[in-house]
Amino acid sequence: MANSQENPNYYVPESSWYPVGIAAAVFCLILGLGNFLNDIKSGGDGSLFMSLLGLALIFTVLYFWYGTVIRENESGIVNTQLKKSYVWGMGWFIFSEVMFFAAFFGALFYARVLAVSWLGGEGGKGITGEYLWPEFKPEWPVMTNPNPELFPGPAENMQAPSTASAWAKYLPLWNTVILLSSSWTVHMAHSAIKNSKRGAIKFWLGLTVLLGCIFLVLQAEEYIHAYQELGLTLETGIYGSTFFILTGFHGFHVTLGTLILAVSLYRVFRGHFNHEDCFGFEAASWYWHFVDVVWVCLFFFVYIF
Amino acid sequence: MSEVVVGHDHHDDDDHHHGPAKGIARWLFTTNHKDIGTLYLWFSFAMFLIGGCMALVIRTELFEPGLQFVDPEFFNQMTTNHGLIMVFGAIMPAFVGLANWLIPMQLGAPDMALPRMNNLSFWILPFAFGLMLSTLFMEGGGPNFGWTFYAPLSTTYAPDSVTFFIFAVHMMGASSIMGSINIIATILNMRAPGMTFMKMPLFCWTWLITAYLLIAVMPVLAGAVTMMLFDIHFGTSFFSAAGGGDPVMFQHIFWFFGHPEVYIMILPAFGIVSAIIPTFARKPLFGYDSMVYATASIAFLSFIVWAHHMFTVGMPLAGQLFFMYSTMFIAVPTGVKVFNWVATMWQGSMTFETPMLFAIAFVVLFTMGGFSGLMLAITPADYQYHDTYFVVAHFHYVLVPGALFSIIAAVYFWLPKWCGNMYDESLGKLHFWLSFVGVNVTFFPQHFSGLAGMPRRIPDYALQFADFNMISSMGAFLFGFSQLLFMYIVIKAIRSGKPATGQVWEGAHGLEWTIPSPAPYHTFTTPPVVSDSNAHN
Repeated sequence: MANSQENPNYYVPESSWYPVGIAAAVFCLILGLGNFLNDIKSGGDGSLFMSLLGLALIFTVLYFWYGTVIRENESGIVNTQLKKSYVWGMGWFIFSEVMFFAAFFGALFYARVLAVSWLGGEGGKGITGEYLWPEFKPEWPVMTNPNPELFPGPAENMQAPSTASAWAKYLPLWNTVILLSSSWTVHMAHSAIKNSKRGAIKFWLGLTVLLGCIFLVLQAEEYIHAYQELGLTLETGIYGSTFFILTGFHGFHVTLGTLILAVSLYRVFRGHFNHEDCFGFEAASWYWHFVDVVWVCLFFFVYIF
Repeated sequence: MSEVVVGHDHHDDDDHHHGPAKGIARWLFTTNHKDIGTLYLWFSFAMFLIGGCMALVIRTELFEPGLQFVDPEFFNQMTTNHGLIMVFGAIMPAFVGLANWLIPMQLGAPDMALPRMNNLSFWILPFAFGLMLSTLFMEGGGPNFGWTFYAPLSTTYAPDSVTFFIFAVHMMGASSIMGSINIIATILNMRAPGMTFMKMPLFCWTWLITAYLLIAVMPVLAGAVTMMLFDIHFGTSFFSAAGGGDPVMFQHIFWFFGHPEVYIMILPAFGIVSAIIPTFARKPLFGYDSMVYATASIAFLSFIVWAHHMFTVGMPLAGQLFFMYSTMFIAVPTGVKVFNWVATMWQGSMTFETPMLFAIAFVVLFTMGGFSGLMLAITPADYQYHDTYFVVAHFHYVLVPGALFSIIAAVYFWLPKWCGNMYDESLGKLHFWLSFVGVNVTFFPQHFSGLAGMPRRIPDYALQFADFNMISSMGAFLFGFSQLLFMYIVIKAIRSGKPATGQVWEGAHGLEWTIPSPAPYHTFTTPPVVSDSNAHN
């Protein structure tokens, strides 16, 4: 490899307490969360103390860990070959995230196209549905579940409206506009870094973080609307299940992305990143574009079609 | 085999690195690929013994018909945890441990690409398995729904401990994904100058493709258990037909992960055997290029065969035909591999040291497991074989004398490089013959009881299966206790074996054999020069 010839010394860090610290903190989070969920399920009050402690510990260790990585980078011991490892690492991490969402999209398509129509009596497997729940009508969104006593359906759904005036008030459309613009603003921030315009970086990156926050607020608004006015909850059958798991995990990823971009913004104010070396920022922007692409797929397959 | 030329004396170049830290801190905080490889290997061996004890509980109960030793409920927990621990705790971490030890040395890299993350991928595992094993002591017992954790057994009817099982799977998945990202980054970015892709040892190639499979499917498994978690705690109905979902959907998602997972557990084995057979046949590997392409083909096909695990759940005829033919098609690249190993041995100057014995047993017995796999791929025949001991015999033939034998072979093959000492060859051969006999006595009769209709995952059975089960149980104890001999041989070699040379094996080729034994704490801190003279590997 060309890089290793120009920079023979690939920096291998000395031993570090961060990884085992994260592992222990994750264990704390997970043990706490498991106990909490089981306690709630069996009618207890549940305490989130342990899981919140775990979460706080994760963030604490990450703070030190990232601080060390940033310091290493600023000190110049990180050669181009090591930087390339970070690039590969981020790329493959995003691929793993794509596959995580693929599982939920797969569930959505399977349920919509196959499971619901089989339950409604279609095809070779239809006989089971016909025998168990003869009055179930296959439709999407499923408004009346095969067994409405066990799983009462939603009163209304989130599907895109048919009239232009209703579209103007349709929150997911505005969320799409917001996220797509934020992809553009983060790109403008990248161009500003490449052109070494510090003021413009702060402006565009700040705007991106702001758009991310607005998206999250609107998403919360949409959930409140769904729970309180539409009667659409996690418990309303397969439509609610797929709707909330897809939009929910997307929202969780937007939260993470906004946090990462906010850290990048903080680093810009600290004078980090230059036109040659800004992968910390670029990784954040890749993540942001990925989250954006997931939303576009969501908008089409969860809301419109 | 490539004739690698090391350009300069790299192993003394240690000026900006220190040796290992002292005491427990070395193992907790290490970023060294050799330390982390050792941790992975010992961890997986511990899990192998725990999972093995569970197997012996199963075989003890099945020694005779009737219920003698354990409750059926506990028996179910044993089958479930035996499978989960062997797959996720023994086989997979052992391969990652080998990858950690070998890939940097085989590529001429100073370490793994992302050393701190490397430590994190390992240290998640003891927590994950501690959590999973602790479920056995919880109220209501541990997971009891089979290692495939089909819904609704694992959701509606699961014990409360399933929540912790789900989180443990999340942690194992995170560990695998990080480990794989590290391996891919290392192979793509850390090869020494001149180590082109088509010169890499096959172990690196097979691990590159395995890592890709892991990153592609572990998140899908995470998605599956997440949906389980939501069905259990948040009232969703992904896997409940009453709410418009489908329990069969769980099986589809699980096996979309599960089938590539099967190849995740065998592709690195192919790489190991492809290193050992040429060494002891003293011939270059036959058909290196075709080995690479065959591995890639198997990986591709692994994504489009998953439903052959569920022919009997009811699926459209077109689906059954597609999954039957695509499954059979995998025999083609696999056949290429077996042919190449045999052709490598053809007219070679063969010697039969312990690693070679395990490698040859691998080729023969893995191929048998492959053939019974072909039988299972035939949809109409599968209606008869499904969920019988024939399936158990099939996958144990590919996993025990397949994956596990390759790991044992790798340990014998590279142990002198790791610890600097040779193992005791006669004891090694004894271990091989005990294992070889034990594994066949255990699993071969299961083909017959399966074909005769004995279902899997039951603590009691009809009288007609008694003889085969008794033989099987005796084999299991022989095989299980032989592995204590393995532990003794390894520890004896580490503590008091005869010193090994750097070359170790007369016929060994590759960068890892150009450094002294034991391998220094840091190797190739400046990259070696790999000549681009002649062939591959």
